[in-house]
Amino acid sequence: MFPTPVQKSSRAVQISYQTLLPFALILWLLPLIAVMIFSIKPDVDFTNGNYWGMPSSFELFNNYGRVFFESDMPRYLLNSVMITVPTVIGTVALACMTGFALGVYKFKGNLLIFFMFIAGNFVPFQILMVPVRDLTVDMGLYNTKTGLVLFHIAFQTGFATLFMRNFIRALPFPLIEAARVEGVAEWRIFLYVVLPLMKPAIAAMAVLIFTFIWNDYFWAVVLTQGPESQPVTAGITSFNAQYRAAYHLMSAGSIVAALPPVAMFFLMQKHFIAGLTLGAVK
Amino acid sequence: MSTSSDSAALPTRGWYKRNEIAITPWLFLAPGVLFFFIYVIAPIYQSFSLSLYDWNGLGDIETNGTYVGMENYNKLFGLNGERADRNFNISLWNNLKWLLLYLLAIPGGLFIALFLNQTVRGIRIYKSLFFFPFVISQVVVGLVFSWFYLPNDGLFSIMLGWFGLEIRGGVLGNPTAATYGIIAAGLWPQTAYCMILYLTGLNAVDPEQVEAARLDGAKGRKMLWYVIIPQLKPATFIAFVVTIIGALRSFDLVSIMTGGGPFGSTRVLSFYVFEKSLSERGLQYGYAAAIAVVLFLIMLVFISYFLWSMYQDEKEAR
Repeated sequence: MFPTPVQKSSRAVQISYQTLLPFALILWLLPLIAVMIFSIKPDVDFTNGNYWGMPSSFELFNNYGRVFFESDMPRYLLNSVMITVPTVIGTVALACMTGFALGVYKFKGNLLIFFMFIAGNFVPFQILMVPVRDLTVDMGLYNTKTGLVLFHIAFQTGFATLFMRNFIRALPFPLIEAARVEGVAEWRIFLYVVLPLMKPAIAAMAVLIFTFIWNDYFWAVVLTQGPESQPVTAGITSFNAQYRAAYHLMSAGSIVAALPPVAMFFLMQKHFIAGLTLGAVK
Repeated sequence: MSTSSDSAALPTRGWYKRNEIAITPWLFLAPGVLFFFIYVIAPIYQSFSLSLYDWNGLGDIETNGTYVGMENYNKLFGLNGERADRNFNISLWNNLKWLLLYLLAIPGGLFIALFLNQTVRGIRIYKSLFFFPFVISQVVVGLVFSWFYLPNDGLFSIMLGWFGLEIRGGVLGNPTAATYGIIAAGLWPQTAYCMILYLTGLNAVDPEQVEAARLDGAKGRKMLWYVIIPQLKPATFIAFVVTIIGALRSFDLVSIMTGGGPFGSTRVLSFYVFEKSLSERGLQYGYAAAIAVVLFLIMLVFISYFLWSMYQDEKEAR
């Protein structure tokens, strides 16, 4: 193991490492801690210039209550859910199929299609912006959640295919051959042999895409406007316009907007990291 | 027993059954490829052709747009007697700054990973909390940092004050400092990402090689440079890929933190494309598409390199 485990070092080194850890963490998360403190402060602290001192009163319930009951925030949150969940389902479904096709079969153009998916995934969003917006308008889906979901599914399929294909390639191939010898139809091999083995990959992909889509801002601004269909990332900007300089409410709103992916991460940590670090180890 | 059922099945084996292995992959690929083609591949081509037009986005491009050839590109680069677009120039330079400084996330991530690669009590919680910034949306990161940078009252200004320093107008109000302030905000989640890549990589480092090197008297920096880092090559490659892409995609933070200001000093190409087309100051769709094409071509250099190295791996794997 590198670096040398502290257990093998002197007592002094061990103790200083253990005390250094929390300090480093606080320093690292300082901007975030500041926002958390902001979100429980009362309004007067900001007008009096007491930005970073102790809160003069504890207003957690008050501030978050106003975010939930006196603003469009719940609506934006609901929109985010209704955009994110169908995207996750759609992408995982499509990518399981493309990953299966590219991972199991040898045919002309296999690598070419695979590379097309990877390359497309790296493309800057802006080169797609105007055509995708026009297409969405033409289909009558501008400013709808469906329009956003369709685009997200298409784009995320690139990344998800990369992941699924590599995962399927690492599965034991004799399993598929054995099923073929038994005369099992190919689509049944997919459904009953490969798919059950893909559960960890599906879980990893689902949490990752959930986070990516929840946090998307650019496409939300390009393809939607207003509280009927905008997700929370875009909503927070209009929320901020409404409560200009009301830092306690803006930070409470930001924390609410950030919470779902954070919860997802802590609940599904193992899968999340497995998905992100794909290929980091050979 | 099996022969009889086989011979009975043979005549009914249809065309599909005979070609099953050849057809199945295409059936499975069809929906994904179709979606991807409509929403990703075709729009790239459309943007290329759009960049040859002058179009305000209203009506149909064929009737309301005018074909101008390379005119938009001439305006961008100041060719053919046109005056070069100063804002484009600023964006290009800022993109370069982003690219170079964003790479700091890689050594930064490695450093934190080395610091956290221990087995003391509660270390798992520490690792997850260090990774935290990556999970949060860039919009929230941008907001958090813009409060952190507030002139006078922001924590950053207060900390500078301890050293008797002051940035005029606050970090984000100062044309020279603003871009660096935004990049620093972007580095925060990006470093966390690189850290998790390296933590995974360090986990897979061959302990026998480390022990062998230790017996040979290697330690500290030498060990890191000659034994550990070579083994972390796959992690470094991924870190490099995601960092380059992240740097060139820097739209969210610029849009949230400064909106391109002050005096347009924090524009980057991705933001400038948006500004020229969808914002109130925009509606020059052809021109915006030309900027997008330039950004795409820059990215293409990196994409080609990524694909090339992945292709080398594939060849080895076969």
